[in-house]
Amino acid sequence: MSFDCSEHLHYKVLHLTGEVDLSNSSEVRKCLLDILNAGQSVIVDFSELDYIDSSGMATLVEGLNVANKNNLQLMITATNGAPKQVLELTRLDQVFTLVNSIDEIKE
Amino acid sequence: MSERNLPFIQVKDLSSYYGDREVLRKINLTINAGEILVIMGGSGSGKSTLLKNMLGLMTPVKGEIRFNELNMCQANKKELFKLRRSMGVAFQGGALLSSLSVGDNIKLPLRQHTNLDENTISIMTRLKLELMNLAGFEDLMPSELSGGMLKRAGLARAVIMDPKILFFDEPSAGLDPVTSVELDELILKLRKAMNMTIVVVTHELESAFTIADRIAVLFDGELVITGTVDEIKNCTDERVTNLINRTPREVQIDGEKYLKRLTEGAA
Repeated sequence: MSFDCSEHLHYKVLHLTGEVDLSNSSEVRKCLLDILNAGQSVIVDFSELDYIDSSGMATLVEGLNVANKNNLQLMITATNGAPKQVLELTRLDQVFTLVNSIDEIKE
Repeated sequence: MSERNLPFIQVKDLSSYYGDREVLRKINLTINAGEILVIMGGSGSGKSTLLKNMLGLMTPVKGEIRFNELNMCQANKKELFKLRRSMGVAFQGGALLSSLSVGDNIKLPLRQHTNLDENTISIMTRLKLELMNLAGFEDLMPSELSGGMLKRAGLARAVIMDPKILFFDEPSAGLDPVTSVELDELILKLRKAMNMTIVVVTHELESAFTIADRIAVLFDGELVITGTVDEIKNCTDERVTNLINRTPREVQIDGEKYLKRLTEGAA
C-alpha cells in the first residue's frame, strides 16, 4: 500500500493505492486525521485501491465523524471492485458522499 | 478475483485416529481460493475431526495439510502464527468468553494481535455487529443472548480481523429456520464482498445446498464424493442418497463380534 496527497480546489486529495489492511491502516488514519485537524476537507481517491479491510473502513468512518464535527467534508471518489463491495456490505455507501470522479467536485 | 479456483487448502492422504480407532481414512481434498466448501456427513462421520486437523488443533498421524505452499505439519511457530492470523473460526456454540461483554469478546483478537487505536477497534467492532444484526448488543453479556445471537456474535469475532479463510462449525444447528436462512445469506455476502475462502461443517441439507460451491460428503471417516450441489444431488452412491433422503442407517450386526463386545467390552 502507498498513499500520497494532492490538492483539488480547497480539498486535500488522499490517493490510496494497493491494499489497505490491518498492517497499514494506522498510517492512513494518521494522515487523514492530520489533514482534518488542520481544518481541510478531504477527497479520498479509491481509483487505484484494490482492497480495503474493515480497519481501513473504520479509519474513514472516524475521519468522517471528525469532518462532520468540524464542518468539513470527507468524500470518496472512484469506488469500484472489491472496495465498492465492502462499502455496500457494510452499508457505508449510504453514509459517505460518493462521487464518480474528482472532476465532478466543484467549489 | 483471479485467485479464484486456485488450490488454497490441500488435504493429502490424511488419516486421523482417536487412540487405535481410525476416524479419518486417507482423505484427499482441495479447497480453492474464494470458494465455499461444505463438509457434510452424519454424526460420527469425521467432519469435526477433519476441521480440527485443518485448524491445527489435531496433528495428522498420516498425510499432510497445505495452505498454499505451507505444509502445516512442518511449519515452525512463526509460520503457524502467521497462518492462524489469516484464519477465522466460528465455533458451534459461539464460544464467547462468559466474563466479557459481547463487544469485548469481539474486540479481543484485535487487542491481542494488533496495535490499532482503540477508536478504530471500537468502530470495527460496531461495523461487524451491524453486519450481524446485533447493533446495540455490544454491552450485553453472552448469557443475555439467545442461541442465534450467540452464533452471530461468534461469527462477528471470527471475522473481526477480515480473515482470508473462515471455518464455520455447524452454522445452522439449533437455529429457527428464519435465522438459519439469514446466516446463510450472511455467509454468501462475506464471500462476495471480502473474497473469503469459507469452509462450513454442517449436516443441514438446505443450508449446504444454498451456500456451497462444492460439497464434500464424509461417511465413516471416508470421503465419499466431492462435487457441486447438482453432482451431489445426482450421486447414486447409497451413502450419499441415504444422507440426502434422510434414510436411517441400517446397522449391520456381526453376531460373533456383538457377543464379544457385550461380554468383553468394546474392541
